[in-house]
Amino acid sequence: MIPFFQSIGAAAALPEICLALLAMVLLMEGVFSARVTSAAIRWAAVAAFAVVAAIVVWKTGTGRVYAFDGAFAVDDFARFMKVLALLGAAVTLIMSGKYLLRTNMDSEEYPVLIMLATVGMLLMISANDLISLYVGLELQSLALYVVAAINRDSAKSSEAGLKYFVLGALSSGMLLYGSSLVYGLTGHTQFAEIAKALSLSGSNLGIIFGIVFIIAGLAFKVSAVPFHMWTPDVYEGAPTPVTAFFASAPKIAAIALFTRVMMGPFANVTHEWQQIVVLISIASMALGAFAAIGQANIKRLLAYSSIANMGFALVGLAAGTVEGVQGVLVYMLIYLVTTLGVFACVLAMRRNGIYVEKISDLAGLGKTNKGHAFVLAMLMFSLAGIPPLAGFFGKLFVFLAAVKAGLWPLAILGVVASVVGAYYYLRLIKIMYFDEPAAAFDATDGEVNWVIYAAGAFTVLFAVFAQPLLNIAQAAAASLF
Amino acid sequence: MIGLTHYLTVAAIIFTVGIFGIFLNRKNVIIIMMSIELMLLAVNINLVAFSSALHDLVGQVFALLILTVAAGEAAIGLAILVTYFRNRGTIAVEDINLMKG
Repeated sequence: MIPFFQSIGAAAALPEICLALLAMVLLMEGVFSARVTSAAIRWAAVAAFAVVAAIVVWKTGTGRVYAFDGAFAVDDFARFMKVLALLGAAVTLIMSGKYLLRTNMDSEEYPVLIMLATVGMLLMISANDLISLYVGLELQSLALYVVAAINRDSAKSSEAGLKYFVLGALSSGMLLYGSSLVYGLTGHTQFAEIAKALSLSGSNLGIIFGIVFIIAGLAFKVSAVPFHMWTPDVYEGAPTPVTAFFASAPKIAAIALFTRVMMGPFANVTHEWQQIVVLISIASMALGAFAAIGQANIKRLLAYSSIANMGFALVGLAAGTVEGVQGVLVYMLIYLVTTLGVFACVLAMRRNGIYVEKISDLAGLGKTNKGHAFVLAMLMFSLAGIPPLAGFFGKLFVFLAAVKAGLWPLAILGVVASVVGAYYYLRLIKIMYFDEPAAAFDATDGEVNWVIYAAGAFTVLFAVFAQPLLNIAQAAAASLF
Repeated sequence: MIGLTHYLTVAAIIFTVGIFGIFLNRKNVIIIMMSIELMLLAVNINLVAFSSALHDLVGQVFALLILTVAAGEAAIGLAILVTYFRNRGTIAVEDINLMKG
């Protein structure tokens, strides 16, 4: 057995194998063991994420290693993104416990589905072949469709699941059509072989078609304009902990996959895809900034905010350089922590035992709960990109990379969109501090409180401990080239 | 003689029919699911045709994987549709409008 595993290079895929096995064990435990509560399964899943993150960091070798005949690659870029995705999944699972209990949604399958979706994300991040790309993407998406509709008694939740399913399946179809064209015209599915074939033949109309279809599929998964239509509806309809999960870990995986596909197989035809990425980046930033202004529901507002954030991350990708990818990595790290903090604040919005999600419900939070109001204000300033908070550095790095790559107009439009976006972030702060106070929220759960203050501390103190993180991100970005 | 181009043309037509089926259909979600299957089948025709033209088996392996995943996808889609029907009592496309924006 052992030589067989060594011959396929299974050590590199150890985290995925462990997580998949643990998910199945927990599913069996939940189904067959009467003593095991769903809370125990949830905490076991969190522990599994922690163990797998440790395996990713210490047990997947060093440098670039391959598994399964090169269909699966692990490098520093993959390790960085995998740790981020596991962090997002673990933190959202920790936050969701009390919410699920109170809304009668606490079930054994929820943590298991989150784990299976995370296996899919890890596969996406490491995909080095069109086939493993598709299988990883589908493993993630299929679990996410179910998770979106997890509240079976809510019409909104099942509508969110249905919309997500239909548009997700459409985008998978487009991605596959693009993959089939790329396979047919280069004769390979493996990324390195495609890159080699393209460097010899150059691009032609069929390849451009294939790239456009693949970008359309990937843009859907990162919810970039013009494939963003599902985001606000799914964010609003899905239960809040699920929305928090959607906004964090899958976005990390999708951006990682986007980056790997653009920098891997299509590295030699940069001029073909660069203008497309620039276009969807500008459109995402603009739509995210303008459409969020009129929203009354905070989850919808955060959906548009995440569309805009993906636009900013794509600025770094459009640059197509090591600095650009480093910017993307730093941006995603900061986006992840900020998003988790903001959603923890949304999970703390509970009045007389009922969860509320109107922006006006935040009125007077500055008087009724000074700590939360301060953290939420810092997170909003960070999202608006005000120095010296974390969000400023994220934007700084992607814009610097764009300027260095000669994409002046993109950087300028990005700054303009960021100024427009600041309007609705600052409006939230104004509502919290200057509006007539509404009744106070119920006492916050311990876990949620912990996430709120941890995210606040990260955002405020980022400038202090940024250097080691930047070095790690730079090494990770360099490993992709 | 039927060559690669013919297969690709058929696949492109079926794929387009699938996409239009999703966007133009105003009646029934089941029809949307059928359109999704059409798109995936068009991709499979593409892959098998390329695989045969290139004398390379990878395309057919890819097509088999797509068939498998498509079956799982259809099962999940129908399950979600059942919970939706239980909540709303309808699966008409024009009634899927609880959330707008």
